[in-house]
Amino acid sequence: MCSVGIAQAGTVTVLTSFPKELTSAYQKVFEASNPGIKVEILNKNTTASVAYVRELPEGQRPDVMWASAPDAFEVLARAKLLTPAPETVNKSAPAKIGNFPLNDPEGMYYGQALAGYGIMWNTRYLKAHKLEAPKEWSDLTRPEYFGHVAISSPSRSGTTQLTVETILQGEGWEKGWGQLLEMMGNAAAVTDRSFAVPDGVNNGQFGLGIVIDFFGLAGKYSGFPVDFVYPSMTAVVPANIALIAGAKNADEAKKFMTFTMSTAGQQLLFDPKISRLPILPYSTLKAPAGYPVPQEVAKRAKVHFDTNLAESRYQVVINLFDQMVTFRLKELQAATKAIHEADKALKAKPNAQGKDLLSQARSLAFSPLVGASNADDPQFLELFKKSRRDVAVAKELTGLEQMWADKAKSNYAKALQLAQQAKGMAK
Amino acid sequence: MFLLAFLIIPVCMVIYTAFVTETGSLTFGHFANFFGQTVFTESFINSVLVSLASAFFSSLIAVPLAYLTVRFEFRGALLIQTLGVLPLIMPPFVGAVALQLIFGRSGSVNLLLDEWFGFTVPIMDGLIGVIFVESIHYFPFILLNLVAAMRNIDGAMEESALNLGSRGFRLFRRIIFPLAMPGYLAGAALVFVKVFDDLGTPLVMGVTNMLAPQAYLRITSVGLDDPLGYVISVIMIVFSIAALWASARLMKGKDYATLQKGGSALQKRRLSVWEAVIAYGWIVLVLLVVLAPHFGILLMSFAKVWSFSVLPDSYTLEHYATVFNDSSNMIGNTLLYCLLSATIDVVIGTAIAYLILRTKLPARQWLDYMASVALAIPGLVLAIGYLRLFRDVNLPFTDTPVIASWVLIMLAYAVRRLPYALRSCMAALQQVHISLEEAAQSLGAGRMSVIRRVMVPLMAGGIMAGFVTSFITAAVELSATIMLVSRESQAPMSYGIYLYMQSVSGRGPGAALGVLAVIVVGLGTYFSHRFVERSRATVQSI
Repeated sequence: MCSVGIAQAGTVTVLTSFPKELTSAYQKVFEASNPGIKVEILNKNTTASVAYVRELPEGQRPDVMWASAPDAFEVLARAKLLTPAPETVNKSAPAKIGNFPLNDPEGMYYGQALAGYGIMWNTRYLKAHKLEAPKEWSDLTRPEYFGHVAISSPSRSGTTQLTVETILQGEGWEKGWGQLLEMMGNAAAVTDRSFAVPDGVNNGQFGLGIVIDFFGLAGKYSGFPVDFVYPSMTAVVPANIALIAGAKNADEAKKFMTFTMSTAGQQLLFDPKISRLPILPYSTLKAPAGYPVPQEVAKRAKVHFDTNLAESRYQVVINLFDQMVTFRLKELQAATKAIHEADKALKAKPNAQGKDLLSQARSLAFSPLVGASNADDPQFLELFKKSRRDVAVAKELTGLEQMWADKAKSNYAKALQLAQQAKGMAK
Repeated sequence: MFLLAFLIIPVCMVIYTAFVTETGSLTFGHFANFFGQTVFTESFINSVLVSLASAFFSSLIAVPLAYLTVRFEFRGALLIQTLGVLPLIMPPFVGAVALQLIFGRSGSVNLLLDEWFGFTVPIMDGLIGVIFVESIHYFPFILLNLVAAMRNIDGAMEESALNLGSRGFRLFRRIIFPLAMPGYLAGAALVFVKVFDDLGTPLVMGVTNMLAPQAYLRITSVGLDDPLGYVISVIMIVFSIAALWASARLMKGKDYATLQKGGSALQKRRLSVWEAVIAYGWIVLVLLVVLAPHFGILLMSFAKVWSFSVLPDSYTLEHYATVFNDSSNMIGNTLLYCLLSATIDVVIGTAIAYLILRTKLPARQWLDYMASVALAIPGLVLAIGYLRLFRDVNLPFTDTPVIASWVLIMLAYAVRRLPYALRSCMAALQQVHISLEEAAQSLGAGRMSVIRRVMVPLMAGGIMAGFVTSFITAAVELSATIMLVSRESQAPMSYGIYLYMQSVSGRGPGAALGVLAVIVVGLGTYFSHRFVERSRATVQSI
């Protein structure tokens, strides 16, 4: 047998979704300062990571889980696959960022870095298309950005789900969805992975992308012609690290975790290729000039992110987004284009009836199919938590999804028609 | 046969798991739910259309390439055939990424078109984009099988046709193409099924209204507990088998076997000057488009920053240094896993082909269907099936759990690639006339020695085609790999490419590893072609 034995003692296996340049940097510095301990990085996307840990028997699991999406840690914690390791936490880190607790209240996982959400853009692309850089989410609803924006689906990307939820909490359900749908009407693509967005902006396929901050910052500091901005409607939340239950090398794993949260470990985050926000205050670190300060971003941020609210309606939000945007992007684009055109025509030659039709078209295209009252209704939300293995439940849910899909399609078609009529009246 | 059972059980187990997850007791409720959703029926129709269109365009690329290189005296025919296989070596998602850089919205071609003529071509958008990428990715399936089949055609057939006055296109249409039909259909059916089941391309292109992405999105976002994901998988399996069955059905009742082997192959004829110009022109054009992803990757691997410009800003060798320092073991791993799995595949493939075509075993057709099921099983689902099945099993004679070793990765490759090898082996055996074996038997050869001395050598071309397809496609397999890799030291190149490609600070190292993968696997393909040529030569001389 060629490869004998699973990780020997003295090897920490780290399961992570983080990019290689980040993990390699930590691996190198940690191994150099802890001779005798080897770090084995196991890179899988978050969904695969969770499934992987679940499928493995105790004693065969990796030691450390390290990723952005908090819900993955929640799933693991609930399945009793994590173990508290409070001694690894750095006491000089603040307990909260904004109003968000840095560490899990139950002590199952800990904040290791911070992340906010915003917009990145390709400067060459914007110049070639004669576009200005946006500052706020609402800027992305402007007609000149039509066909230039990219986002990943919140059902596929935990960070996009947090972004969407941030806008919904900041603007309120109805208004938030209205703004989101208007932004998405301008979308060139809804990608399946969060990474496809910064990549597309980096290489110029998309002009603007809705991303987590380090995607924009790492691209910028690695030399790509891109830039990044935090809108005021953002939230700063931690990326986490945790000890997996039944880990083979818990002691070494704890050493690694301690290192990632120590001053030396935090300083690594400033590496241009990594470009993440540290949890430690800048007084204890050497931050590059002009680097964003998380506490300031959090202070400016208008949203007080409510994790419980986000979790309670998680399934509704991602489902609704997929049915209204991801799967119906073409129809939404067509309606939005017609609305932009009618708007332009009516501004040149005002017409009261046309204006009326246009506002009808807008409300058809840009209203959520689930009202605010429903989104707060525990009974309604309960349905989304039931197991889909139950045929009756599945039937109800798929029936609902089908209704949303049909409704979205017919609403967009009607909006398109009304907008075209409105445009006709301007002549 | 034992091996087969060993490989099939996990597959069946996955299907079984899929059914059990639906309900405790059997129900068709979920299927009803599935057909109640327009998203799914729409996806189903889109998948069928895209698959058919891809098979059609793949044929447009592959048939002339195969015909020109086999039938005519052609400089570099072998090189062209090898180059023609290169698209398969590129993992589909990498190919799509590279094509975006060349043909995408702000790709080189569109930037130039925009600058010169003020318009752009949306060839990479939506379903058309998927068809475009799939066609240039999968046409080698047809090319490989068709070349193998045309080489097996008895030259005497052609001569008789010529004597009877059949020439040119008519000769091709009436004699050569029909005789090469088993190979063509084997290839086309593979393209169809493969496109039908391909996940990476539509996902990278942002197309969700197809079945495979819908199943994937279901399983990974709603969770492994969502029965609809499995329902889609089952539907995909059923449909893939139906497609293979239909292609087998087309062949039924027809005899494609030719008696003479090796003696006189198709005559190679000279091209007139004008014909040569057209032929070479066509081939160069096709190769340019088909190899565009490779140019893209090559440029990327040397590029420092390539953003919204026709060519990169500046060049560097740094990415190759990174790859050699960090990940050189991945190359060896890839070769090891893929050679082993491809070998397993052709051995089992030949065995099944023999059982199906040469024995009267009851239910032998089911062997074919069973093996083909693997085509439509999502890699992720198969991988999870493996982890469950081998949970507490140790490797024989060691304390190493199977799940922590590379054996599972290799097995997963073998299982998922078996259908390719099987198609090729069956097509090859269909062209071997049974009387050749009977002759050997009547001369006193035992069954085993007939297989070893007569059948296998005569099938060599087809077996090799199967080996090459399995080998190459295993080298780029990703979905099962990601799930089954338990340590970075045992990771193959596809995993490394994926990893490096996920980096916002630049995809250079990923591209560099991709180039290395193409070179390594390309060389492997070239030498196996050489090997086939030589073994043909020995058969002829006997």
